[in-house]
Amino acid sequence: MFNYIVRRLIYSVFILIGVIGITFFLDNMMMTPDQKASRVLGPKAVGQTREEWIHNRGLDRPLPVQFVQYVKKLVTFDFGTTWVTGRDLRETFLQGVGPSLCITVPGFLAALLASLGLALFQVFVRNSPVDRGLTVFSVALMSVPTMVYVIFAQAFLALNLRYFPAYGFAYEPGMLRFLLLPIVIFMLINIGYDARLYRAIFLEEIGQDYVRTAYAKGVSPSRVLAVHVFKNGLIALITLVVAQLPKLILGSLLIESLFGIPGIGSMLVQAIQTGDQPIVMVSVFLGSALYLLSLIVTDILYALADPRIRLS
Amino acid sequence: MKENLDRLWEHWITQDLLVIGGFALVFWLLRRGARNERWQRAWQRMKRDRGGFIALGVVFLYLFIGGLEMLRIPGGDNGTRSILDVFTAGVAQEKTYSAPLADELLNSPRHEKLIGRHLLGTDVLGKDVFVQTLKACRTALVIGALTSAIYVPLGALLGILAGYFRRWVDDVVQYLYSTLASIPEVLLLVAILLVLGKGLGTMSIALGVTGWVTLCRLVRGETMRQTERPYVAAARALGQSHRNIVVRHLLPNVMHLVLISFVLGFSGIVLAEAVLSYLGVGAPVGTSSWGAMIDSGRSELARDPAVWWNISAAATALFILVLSLNIFGDSLRRAFDPKRG
Repeated sequence: MFNYIVRRLIYSVFILIGVIGITFFLDNMMMTPDQKASRVLGPKAVGQTREEWIHNRGLDRPLPVQFVQYVKKLVTFDFGTTWVTGRDLRETFLQGVGPSLCITVPGFLAALLASLGLALFQVFVRNSPVDRGLTVFSVALMSVPTMVYVIFAQAFLALNLRYFPAYGFAYEPGMLRFLLLPIVIFMLINIGYDARLYRAIFLEEIGQDYVRTAYAKGVSPSRVLAVHVFKNGLIALITLVVAQLPKLILGSLLIESLFGIPGIGSMLVQAIQTGDQPIVMVSVFLGSALYLLSLIVTDILYALADPRIRLS
Repeated sequence: MKENLDRLWEHWITQDLLVIGGFALVFWLLRRGARNERWQRAWQRMKRDRGGFIALGVVFLYLFIGGLEMLRIPGGDNGTRSILDVFTAGVAQEKTYSAPLADELLNSPRHEKLIGRHLLGTDVLGKDVFVQTLKACRTALVIGALTSAIYVPLGALLGILAGYFRRWVDDVVQYLYSTLASIPEVLLLVAILLVLGKGLGTMSIALGVTGWVTLCRLVRGETMRQTERPYVAAARALGQSHRNIVVRHLLPNVMHLVLISFVLGFSGIVLAEAVLSYLGVGAPVGTSSWGAMIDSGRSELARDPAVWWNISAAATALFILVLSLNIFGDSLRRAFDPKRG
């Protein structure tokens, strides 16, 4: 198992090198320093200011030199400063993680529970009109763009009925009133997709021999589902769940920016609108690194949960 | 030289030929596919699926409307106009907002009368919202078609090659898609668009580059399974070239995966188009798109009285298209693979 993990780590490093290559290519080869400067400083800034801006960020050095510095920056997690606000990038990220997690973790857990419940219920009544109806309902939930959920929730629940504040965030005892709406919407967005996936997993399990054995022993159908199928299905679920964890840290772009939650998501949206490339590129790198890490964790959990699996 | 090429490219005849050619290509591919026995069996099962057929009908309706807006003929303000423009030429233009089916302008103190009635009201410039919603079909379809034209051949080809040749080809392809798949999709999209700039073309490139991974993975797996089958060994024993085996034998047997991914992927692209337009890295200003309509609808909802018809029309049109594509794609999948529903 140790060997396996080491090999996976080495492979992950190769992939990370690929990711760095992609971001460097996008960051440095598709736009000239002048284009970047005029996007950030505005088209009016010419001459001295522009030259200085380019020089201060090292954009005028030869590409290989820039690449070495780029890799060094990413590997040491010392990302430098942003272009527009001029703040330290690492600090900006660390500040954004808290608010992001406030939305995504409860939302993720709620979505997980709700979609597991929905999927189990659908498997219980499988191939009935209710099952088909719920499947269409899941697909319908998936087919609405995120911003439509947010905009209508803000307009009706927050502005018209005044149940919630429409906007804002604060670390305080009553912060739940800010968080409730974003969390519910985060849940709604994920339920449809997850429930369909989990339903497929449970349906696969139900065709297995051990289920027939359980029925033959006289175990009631609901107990077969809740205990036997659920337990075995959970093993397959680990992969899906752990792979989603990196996304939680990076937050949700639309929900955060529309609700004014100062997390990584709204930071990214701001960066997109102002052309602050370093923020976007660094989050690509971080997102990929976290994802690769979560894959390795998944494999280990998998081996722990299912003794039949040997990692080699 | 380049100017002339640009002129030729933007000429309405070129654009029309492209649209007709695209439809013809898809039709031809489907006709070719229909010869396959697996497709015929799937068709028999599909016939019994009423929901799937209704969804297919709705998708065709959107294709038809989008096609009308794409086909351009001379005339109109900018030298060309679409056939849809011709059909809707009788719809009057008002001065500003009016509610659905109202007979006077919204909030007008002097109760100004409207020139005509509007099923879904009018927007800030007084344009009929229903017509605008229909026109925005075009943007969604253009993005969907361009993106599919990039990622479907790429994903299918790489998948088949990796599954058939294995060894180093497989290693390279796997490395490529593991690298792309390790980046959260939205971030990669945003990073590409930020650098390439907005526009329908760049958006398609970004979506295409991120989109081929899933298809490639599916096709690779299925190709691996198919190469174990006796017919591939037989073809090899008869001395068929690699090219022949891939094109004549393997491709027809993985095409159904391509079709399913194409349909389900299309819905994802339509959704992504709206989200990206909303984030400000999508359709350029001036293109009518559902994402842009939803974006402007956000501030309109906060007005007093709220202007809800603009955003509702765009959101509903988008929702129905995506829903139909998803339902149709699911029923296709069931038809091709009845064991796993």
